Amino acid sequence: MSARSQAHSAGRGGDSGAREEVQTHSGHRGLQMEEPLIFEMGSPGRTGVDLPPVTTTTDKLGGLPRRGEIGLPALSEPQVVRHYVRLSQKNYAIDSGLYPLGSCTMKHNPRLNEKIARLPGFSDVHPLQPQSTVQGALELIDTVAHWLKTLTGLPAIAMSPAAGAHGELCGMMTIRSAHEARGNARKRILVPDSAHGTNPATAVLCGYAVDPVPSLPNGRIDLAALKAKLDDDVAGIMLTNPNTCGLFENEIIEVAEAVHAVGAYFYCDGANFNAIVGKVRPGDLGIDIMHLNLHKTFSTPHGGGGPGSGPVVMTAELAPYAPLPYVVAGPDGFRLIETPADQVAAGDGGHAYGRMKSFHGQMGMFVRALAYMMSHGADGLRQVAEDAVLNANYVLARLKDVMTPAYPGPCMHEVLFDDTFLKDTGVTTLDFAKAMIDEGFHPMTVYFPLIVHGAMLTEPTESESKESMDVFIDTLRALAADAKAGNAARFAGAPYLAPRRRLDETKAARNPRLRWTLETPAEAAE
Amino acid sequence: MRYLPHTAQDRRAMLQTIGVDSIDDLFVDVPRSAVLAKPVDLPDHAGELAVERTLSKMAARNVAAGTVPFFVGGGAYRHHVPAAVDHLIQRSEFLTAYTPYQPEISQGTLQVLFEFQTQVALLTGMEVANASMYDGATACAEAVLMANRLTRRRRAVLSGGLHPQYRAVVETQSRFLDGEIVAAAPDATGEEYLLALIDDETACVVVQNPTFFGHLHDLRKLAEVCHAKGALLVVAVTETVSLGAVTSPGAMGADIVVGEGQSLGNALNFGGPYLGLFATREKFVRQMPGRLCGETVDADGRRGFVLTLSTREQHIRREKATSNICTNSGLCSLAFTIHLSLLGEDGFRQLAALNHARACEAAARLAQIPGVSVLNNSFFNEFTVRLPRAAAGVVDTLAERGVLAGIPVSRLLPAAGLDDLMLVAATETTTDEDVAALGDALAEVLR
Amino acid sequence: MSDVRFTKDHEWVRLEGDTATIGISEYAQEQLGDVVFIELPTVGADVEAGGDAAVVESVKAASEVYSPVSGRIIEVNDDLEATPGLVNESAEDEGWFWRMELSDPDELEELMTAKDYKAFLEGLD
Repeated sequence: MSARSQAHSAGRGGDSGAREEVQTHSGHRGLQMEEPLIFEMGSPGRTGVDLPPVTTTTDKLGGLPRRGEIGLPALSEPQVVRHYVRLSQKNYAIDSGLYPLGSCTMKHNPRLNEKIARLPGFSDVHPLQPQSTVQGALELIDTVAHWLKTLTGLPAIAMSPAAGAHGELCGMMTIRSAHEARGNARKRILVPDSAHGTNPATAVLCGYAVDPVPSLPNGRIDLAALKAKLDDDVAGIMLTNPNTCGLFENEIIEVAEAVHAVGAYFYCDGANFNAIVGKVRPGDLGIDIMHLNLHKTFSTPHGGGGPGSGPVVMTAELAPYAPLPYVVAGPDGFRLIETPADQVAAGDGGHAYGRMKSFHGQMGMFVRALAYMMSHGADGLRQVAEDAVLNANYVLARLKDVMTPAYPGPCMHEVLFDDTFLKDTGVTTLDFAKAMIDEGFHPMTVYFPLIVHGAMLTEPTESESKESMDVFIDTLRALAADAKAGNAARFAGAPYLAPRRRLDETKAARNPRLRWTLETPAEAAE
Repeated sequence: MRYLPHTAQDRRAMLQTIGVDSIDDLFVDVPRSAVLAKPVDLPDHAGELAVERTLSKMAARNVAAGTVPFFVGGGAYRHHVPAAVDHLIQRSEFLTAYTPYQPEISQGTLQVLFEFQTQVALLTGMEVANASMYDGATACAEAVLMANRLTRRRRAVLSGGLHPQYRAVVETQSRFLDGEIVAAAPDATGEEYLLALIDDETACVVVQNPTFFGHLHDLRKLAEVCHAKGALLVVAVTETVSLGAVTSPGAMGADIVVGEGQSLGNALNFGGPYLGLFATREKFVRQMPGRLCGETVDADGRRGFVLTLSTREQHIRREKATSNICTNSGLCSLAFTIHLSLLGEDGFRQLAALNHARACEAAARLAQIPGVSVLNNSFFNEFTVRLPRAAAGVVDTLAERGVLAGIPVSRLLPAAGLDDLMLVAATETTTDEDVAALGDALAEVLR
Repeated sequence: MSDVRFTKDHEWVRLEGDTATIGISEYAQEQLGDVVFIELPTVGADVEAGGDAAVVESVKAASEVYSPVSGRIIEVNDDLEATPGLVNESAEDEGWFWRMELSDPDELEELMTAKDYKAFLEGLD
């Protein structure tokens, strides 16, 4: 039985199955264009740019001119534009629909942010221009820092980390440096079993062993188990709060006290700060240090996988160890402290542990995040947290009778379902997710966190209206009913209506083809 | 609040459906003492007009590179980005998509990544490239860690021609993993001799080409010696456009090539976001950090693309992952790919030739100034000049006169005895008038 | 096949003369799904019982394979490099991972027999 006829026999949408059978001559299907690789297009002699002629013929290349073809295809501008527009049309995006990817926070990306980030005064400024010529840029960094410190209730900040995981690395390096300054780096970092994979990977990059802490049946960290693991060898704990189950760690203050009692530090993974921004300050919870994902809470675009930005807020105790560079405000304006020599000259002790990346941080993301923060203000950011939590609980309330919440609730900004409701249906979490694609939704995060079987972590964000969530919820209710009605085939073959059907990941991993080569067409024909 | 859809009535209806009286009933797990009774001490919300006005004023307090004669490089370069690039990367489907976890509805992003990986491999002369890192410096640090894993050694030899901030990032990361760094002194002359530093404990040698000071080196001999000792050669390229004119690192025997891809498609942005390039040999791919896109087929047998070899990565391998990287520089790699597609083979070659020609013209003009000497026998689009006095003061004075002349080496290498050196970069955006303005202003300031 | 023993981590070991052959069980390959890559130990390496010896990867998981017994690796199954799917097709025969010389044959006695392992698996469900 072919997959298409399965879709038809599932009886969804009357003659839609028949329409699916229409084969086109071009391979295109209406607005969905089949598009070759750019390397399979073009022809020598075409160009998409008109550059001025090279006037001088001096050669100072030291006898190392590049010889031979590089192998880049030649296309005109209209061809290039059409190619990438067609590719774009194969992507799902927040701007086209609800994107409930838990833990990733796919909220609306305001276009004002994009406009301001492109002002030449921000975009056309070099990081190593004389500092007298970039006072506005330094002021912007200082202003973002002020907002983030105020929102978190922590007095110091390192702005340079390039993404969340990079912020984690910065945080753990800061913690290790503080311990080293006291003469003992210590050995272990405690990480809950529900943590993002970046947490254990980061701890190892800082030379620590990872010691997992189990979660309780209620989805929170097991405080008793944590206390049993705490000793003088523990350098710190990495805890996500709200955690990856979408729950607030209700014993967080006790966690902080226990961690501090053995002289360890409390690192908070701030990936889910959007649930509490403007409402709760992490500094009031006993957290020592935490990264913020500007591309989550503060709406900078995800761009298909970055760039992100991961500033790290911290206590005054940890601040001396924070990395270079940083901005200081003085009577003559703002100044960058870029090197250990600058730090000593500024009378700052010179304890910075080092440097995370070149230059000063993700300026383009700072501009966007500040535009977002100023647009919302203190009142609006608080409303952001409340609406994010309201939306997730609304999804929970309207789905709890047909899907199975992993925990009873209330939840914070995301709601976690397990696959109990699919038991004995022959439908897996992955199948369910793929069927959502046919319905016009991006699936939620699946199979994470690892502590819940067949996890479906669903985060609507504050950007969704009640109407859009109602359509989403009604669709999930119908899909759950389909699964329970024995329509497993409708799920197993999904998606049917996306630009591609399910892709063979085993083939991709067994025989990796990671780039185009001239042989591709010949081999494909075999 | 223009970004928040709910009306008061919506919120009431939803609370009723949930079965609670107030929003704070949903925050019951938060310790009471920690819930703020009122908004934090920051301004209230503001409309587009107000936000734009405030931030535009801030932007206006910066000197934009395009408004003055501009010769600043040092790892970030001002190039002309075709208008189509910025238009295309702002397509909603690219801008507002996440990492392509659901490949069936992410083929756009995935095919672009496949094209990007191919382009990076072609430019660097390597077999495979990943889907990007944060920037050139972090890619360089990851290369050192990868070399340590591959060789089961932990000593990295760093050239004195390596960008000082790259060196700092490598040293920072290595220190936390008991890595050993043997760093040569800053190499302003281009006469560096690294071979003597390589021994049987060396995991890798890291060089930059062109160097931080602009010199070009034939790396073939160095590669041979590395390989004879079982070490890997890591080559950093901070100016991607140079790969259109200069022999590729791959052709000279590099094992890992890292680079800063900002030059193609990406604005200066005061230092970020930028684009880390990472390429290597196929046999090393399972020790490579970062995301990889691979080709496969779908259930109907049609070609498609997926993220692959994910078992290297943190979300599966956790503490045994090759790196902790997750989000990388997706949109910046898209801009790179579109820009390079517009250029094509001939355009990219011509762009590189133009950059070299402009730099040759600038070097020739500066060499005429009494007391100024150009240190380089070879360079691509950036070179080092020796001034008769401290470069920092000269650069500041020239900035006051409206010329952004370059980078005083002492800014990145204080107390290295190189205070009289200045890095000068020229690109296709540099005009004859710019070169004349720099030459005249510098001559006058030094008089 | 009474000479095959199993571990709780789902490795099997078969003794033929002085040589032990090691692989992962049918149950383990089912749990993993399509195997895409196997990192095998180095010939000549000494391994301890319970120590990491290999890594088996599917698309979405990577699992350590522990050596059931102590000894020296004398041969690895090179066929797995080109065809890791052998582990799925024939986990307890052609999909073997490595062979070793035992340093302490008594260790085998501590492992489960096929019958014990079957009972152990039933207990897991």
